[in-house]
Amino acid sequence: MTATATTAVGFDPRALRARFPILARRVHGRPLVYLDNAATTQKPTAVLDALTSYYTTSNANVHRGVHTLAEEATALYEQCRTRVARFVNAPDPRGVVIVRNATEAINLVARSWGATLGDGDEVLLSEMEHHSNLVPWIMLARERHVTLRHLPLTADGRLDLAALPSLLSRRTRVVALTAMSNVLGTINPIAEIAAAAHRAGAVMVVDGAQSVPHMPVDFTALGADFLAFSAHKTYGPTGVGFLVAKPELLERMEPVAGGGEMIREVRLDWASWNEIPHRFEAGTPNIGDAAAFPPALDLLEELGMAAVRAHERELVGYALERLRALGWLQLHGPMDADSRGGLVSFVDPEIHPHDLAQVLDTYGIAVRAGHHCAQPLMRRLDVAATARASLAIYNDRDDVDALVEGLVAARTYFGLA
Amino acid sequence: MVERPDVALDDLYREVVMDHHRRPRGRAPLPRVDATAHGFNPVCGDEVVLSLALDGDRVAGVRVDGRGCAICTASGSIMAEMIPGHTAAEAEATAAAFRAVMHGEPAPAGVELGDLEALEGVQKFAVRVKCAMLPWVTLVDALAAWREGRTDATATTEAEEATR
Repeated sequence: MTATATTAVGFDPRALRARFPILARRVHGRPLVYLDNAATTQKPTAVLDALTSYYTTSNANVHRGVHTLAEEATALYEQCRTRVARFVNAPDPRGVVIVRNATEAINLVARSWGATLGDGDEVLLSEMEHHSNLVPWIMLARERHVTLRHLPLTADGRLDLAALPSLLSRRTRVVALTAMSNVLGTINPIAEIAAAAHRAGAVMVVDGAQSVPHMPVDFTALGADFLAFSAHKTYGPTGVGFLVAKPELLERMEPVAGGGEMIREVRLDWASWNEIPHRFEAGTPNIGDAAAFPPALDLLEELGMAAVRAHERELVGYALERLRALGWLQLHGPMDADSRGGLVSFVDPEIHPHDLAQVLDTYGIAVRAGHHCAQPLMRRLDVAATARASLAIYNDRDDVDALVEGLVAARTYFGLA
Repeated sequence: MVERPDVALDDLYREVVMDHHRRPRGRAPLPRVDATAHGFNPVCGDEVVLSLALDGDRVAGVRVDGRGCAICTASGSIMAEMIPGHTAAEAEATAAAFRAVMHGEPAPAGVELGDLEALEGVQKFAVRVKCAMLPWVTLVDALAAWREGRTDATATTEAEEATR
């Protein structure tokens, strides 16, 4: 339909597809149009090769044993930590805890940093958070009589910053917010909020699950104290996530799981903890998947995160324009591409998102339908569910065009056109 | 305009199903409510709010409310049409038979499935089984609560994971 505008952003998304073998497959006899990248991204050959290479040449347990394989496995595992620190400009790889996913990273903060909170202390969240940045704090609130407060949203799906001064006080110990909403796409002004949080004496926890893969994220410049994200939404393997933290904060935190790797010395009835970050990594970690993640970061650094964001900004602008032009969809979130990441949630008032996604699937188009692990936000938007198309480096205007055609076809199928 | 796909979408959205979806039955308020239950599908956020009027152990009226997809709406609409006039035990037997069909098992002999047969194709779409079952798990919970002397209950489709 429309020629793909690639030169403006510095790379050709269509050409990138050759590096993602799964994108060549067909679904129901049609080329796969993968628009569920906010749930998980596809993996480039370099990541798949690294995974195979780890298990075919270097597999061993880490941080123990002097044999060659153990040394190689340890180096690969630790290289993941170093590369992650560099990718998000964290001050020190010792501040990078390797966990299973972003959810586990936030749980670690809520359990361990949360243990320093007491009666009357407050945690400030928002109405647009994913369950992974709500439920760990609800659990904390139940245990420790901590009060949860929530930044409200404006009508167009942004954080209502006018409410911030009245919600932040000396009681606020933690501010935990998503940097990019997985439903609305809203990019939140984290640096500004972090500065306000620090003035109030609170730590800033950033849910970077959607932002880190899709825009430049500078841990230090944001003023974050903790940043959570996952490898699998960042073109890497499932089963690996990261808590990036200021080392001096980790030093003050107690481990939440005990076992091997995390100890310095153990007696029958006593133990002392290992150095950070190892004290938070009890048991044999997910070495293979961690070893396979750096090639994904290589790819993103090759493209440049500014170019990645420019590409997705351009594409989400095109998607907003085409979806709005259909005339019958409710679109959620800010309507200007500058304020939103590469995803669009929408509702056809006459076709339930589940049914819509089912019809789109028959055309090989993968979108997510449901509450997107954000039930409070669904309630706020007064919908049971939405459909969501989320973009990545390998998507282009043809994918958006296919989606639009699929949405028209769904109307025809349900006798509405 | 893209051509129609060659997938078995019509197995899912049969004409009877689409008819119930477009004009759902059992939406009107009941003059009297003896049991209610709130059913929830945690996968998609769909909800069914079910109200029952009972005459002794016989279902006199059904109201199905809430928000759901075409499959969930059709299943609830068929239920609202089917079970009035039947005893609680008969309604539960229908729910059990329908669950068997949804999980790819043969329906027990002697249970009339009626329009529910039009939902047979759902079993081929694993994630949609929960959609079809939501009104029925809600009904079973409403009746169980009613037997225990409670007037409300909550149900989820969590146990309705498709078996194949």
